[in-house]
Amino acid sequence: MEEKFFGHSVLRKEGREKVTGRARYVDDLAFPEMLHGVTVRSSIARGRIRGIHFGDGIPWSEFTVVTAADIPGKNEIALIEHDQPCLAAEFINHPEEAIVLLAHADRYLLEDARRAVQIDVEPLPAIFSIEDSIAKRAVIFGEDNVFKSYHVEKGNVDAAWAQADIIVEREYRTGAQEQLYIENQGMIATANPTDGVTIWGSLQCPYYVHKALVTLFGLPAEKIRVIQAETGGGFGGKEEYPSMIAGHAALLAWKSGKRVKIIYDRAEDMAATTKRHPSRTRHRTGVTRDGKLVAMDIDFVIDGGAYATLSSVVLSRGTIHAAGPYFCPNVRVQSRAVATNAPPHGAFRGFGAPQGIFALERHLDQVARALNLTPEEFRRRNFIRKGQTTATGQLIQEEVNFNALLDRAFRESGYHAKRERFARENPGATIKRGIGFSSFMHGAGFTGSGEVYLASVVELEATREGIVRVLAASTEIGQGTNTVFSQIAADALGIGYDRIEIAQPDTGAVPNSGPTVASRTAMVVGNLVETAALGLKRTLVDSGLLCDACTEDEFVRACRRYIETRGPLRSRSQYEPPPGLLWDDATYKGDAYGTYAWAVYVAEVAVDTVTFEARVTDFVAVQEVGKVIHPVLAAGQIEGGVAQAIGMALYENVVWREGRMANGQMTNYIMPTAADIPPIRVFFEEQPYPFGPHGAKGIGELPMDGPAPAIVNAIENATGICVREIPATPEVLMEAMTEEVGIFD
Amino acid sequence: MTETFNRIGISCNVNGEQRRVQAFPMERLLEVLREEMRLTGTKEGCGEGECGACAVLMNGAIVNSCLVPAIEADGADIRTIEGMARGEQLNAVQEAFLACGGAQCGICTPGMVIASVALLERHPHPTDAEIREGLAGNLCRCTGYQKIFAAVVRACESSGDKKPVRQ
Repeated sequence: MEEKFFGHSVLRKEGREKVTGRARYVDDLAFPEMLHGVTVRSSIARGRIRGIHFGDGIPWSEFTVVTAADIPGKNEIALIEHDQPCLAAEFINHPEEAIVLLAHADRYLLEDARRAVQIDVEPLPAIFSIEDSIAKRAVIFGEDNVFKSYHVEKGNVDAAWAQADIIVEREYRTGAQEQLYIENQGMIATANPTDGVTIWGSLQCPYYVHKALVTLFGLPAEKIRVIQAETGGGFGGKEEYPSMIAGHAALLAWKSGKRVKIIYDRAEDMAATTKRHPSRTRHRTGVTRDGKLVAMDIDFVIDGGAYATLSSVVLSRGTIHAAGPYFCPNVRVQSRAVATNAPPHGAFRGFGAPQGIFALERHLDQVARALNLTPEEFRRRNFIRKGQTTATGQLIQEEVNFNALLDRAFRESGYHAKRERFARENPGATIKRGIGFSSFMHGAGFTGSGEVYLASVVELEATREGIVRVLAASTEIGQGTNTVFSQIAADALGIGYDRIEIAQPDTGAVPNSGPTVASRTAMVVGNLVETAALGLKRTLVDSGLLCDACTEDEFVRACRRYIETRGPLRSRSQYEPPPGLLWDDATYKGDAYGTYAWAVYVAEVAVDTVTFEARVTDFVAVQEVGKVIHPVLAAGQIEGGVAQAIGMALYENVVWREGRMANGQMTNYIMPTAADIPPIRVFFEEQPYPFGPHGAKGIGELPMDGPAPAIVNAIENATGICVREIPATPEVLMEAMTEEVGIFD
Repeated sequence: MTETFNRIGISCNVNGEQRRVQAFPMERLLEVLREEMRLTGTKEGCGEGECGACAVLMNGAIVNSCLVPAIEADGADIRTIEGMARGEQLNAVQEAFLACGGAQCGICTPGMVIASVALLERHPHPTDAEIREGLAGNLCRCTGYQKIFAAVVRACESSGDKKPVRQ
């Protein structure tokens, strides 16, 4: 098929609406007779609710008030486990847990009312750290506070230590990180027993919200309708939490009989919604004197917060990525997601992988140092290659050329020359410069058998005018879904990009193409779009209305004739796994992902030894992501991910006080600005993946994985200081630098 | 608040059109634009002047409309994102954002476009440092800013007579 649009940077499909301010996000939608809704939340981390008091001076009879007792179905946010209530009924398990909902037409009065509700709580002992959770200082989930654990075992780690000449053991930590999409979360709902529930909102996964509402209201699936409004960024933060807000808005609408809008402000969004899981990783690594890995023993723990939510799945991806793109005959990864009394941690771009990869890529620099090898030479001796197996025993069947990626990244960054120059210039300098790198991979699509269970569906529908609409639940959240689907469909049909329309994701109108997560939309769903498009064309060809090599005019005429004579012209495709993929959920062995994106990132830093500030001064990102569908969008994904990861590495510090975020404002939670981000130079190597559209692989999460360890490796190169936790704020660097002698030489 | 103050009449010129609305004196200009005038292109990101999503031009200067009380807008000349294009004809900055991939999720885009317009009015040929400084009050979580910088350079090349000084 001719690639007229694939591989070209066509204009973003909804770009015009966005640059003119005409795009309608949920808070831009207004309806007559609409009420506003607010949430009364817990001020303490754990306790038993003794009573709810509605204070004086508020005309309560004008308000719609909802508590757990008003829930028509199950008081549960249906996702994986069944532990999280929509509204706390008796027990509170984290600060900011929702207890009472209020609605009123006057937003100012509503705020006064929210403050007038007093929740009387008998406090219970709470736990706030991975250590306290493991030590069971209080048991808050099951018998041992463990939401989920995995055990990956390859070869025989215990026996392999004997072959190791050197064993290096270290511990690494990563902090929570706020997704900080610029559009706060929000929903609008209508709900009544006759029509059911309809939701408009800022969300990534319409069918997740749909499932949650079916359970919450006990209504048949067809009575629930979820519509995505234009969404101002998600990054995982609008994967599971929107089910909660949708439930709240719908409960208020159900009770009031009116349309209800709930829009969080920034403080509420930061305090109450999910963040990246904090982590602790312990590595014990055995190598031979000539620099070969013989044993890797990895203990990976993430803090899940108060409810299970998606922690088991985040843990799964983190576990599988924890041993990185290296061949080691003996690997053990033991992992746990544990409960604490913080708001549940959740999906955030990378989904567990950035935490494990930070630990590994920092650790390998320590192992290299112990071996007296350069970081690159040590890695070159262990990079995984075609024909070798990963930690889960997955046989790599594609060409993987990490040496080429590394060579290119070093060439583009001037790595060796800079390393020499910095070594020469740093002694005596106040500002010390360094350069470091990381090599890593990211599995594309759902883990293991996930895509098979999802069994995603896409439909295409042609109009009489020869416009083809793509019907999918995959959402545009800035990453380019609308554009990429249009490119793929247009090429498959041999028609213009402007002839493709993307239907608004609406569970009443589009099939379930799965959640918009896991770097799966372009690769997995894009492939379904292509299959459905080819099917639609095949229908026209088989009906004798069209020849294979048609012009656009012929296509348009054929659509009209088909619809006039035979009825609707639609085509449907459903996911089928690539042949030969095998995964065992019980043993955690097999083909964890259909394919991986591979990358080497190089970071250059300047560390001020007076202020202890580290700054990234240059960044090179080299990756192999299969065929690039849209060069501008693809580079935009990498640049945006790198910027978020620079924030994760250096600036974005969630300060916890008794399970509550103490710095939940943009004033004191610092994300990178235009003044903080270095030039990010992006390079693609393209190795076609046979089961992605035109050879494309997943890309979205990859750039979140590598920057943090590359940056901290560069800090070590600059200062000689071994930082093992992020964010590496000035406070962390000061402590590390003043502990070690040498930096002030 | 509802009991303490009464609404007052606010007159201002918005995107070339004379408007008169009733608003509380200390109501945020952001609300006046979004709620009273239904100009929803101006966005709220943080409500405390950190993110720049609510940026508009007031008497030619860029302001965060979440920090401007309505009473200050009385008599002012205000330009919002809705006033940037002439009908269907995008201005040079909007055109460049579209062409360069400067908009992803789009929520920061109205403010970024306003900030870029303000920057180019101050510095028709900005240096790299001036671009970064000029946009440092507008947060973008999607792009990593690179394509936004490229868009500003393109806008200035397409409207100006010489290339910006890069350093």
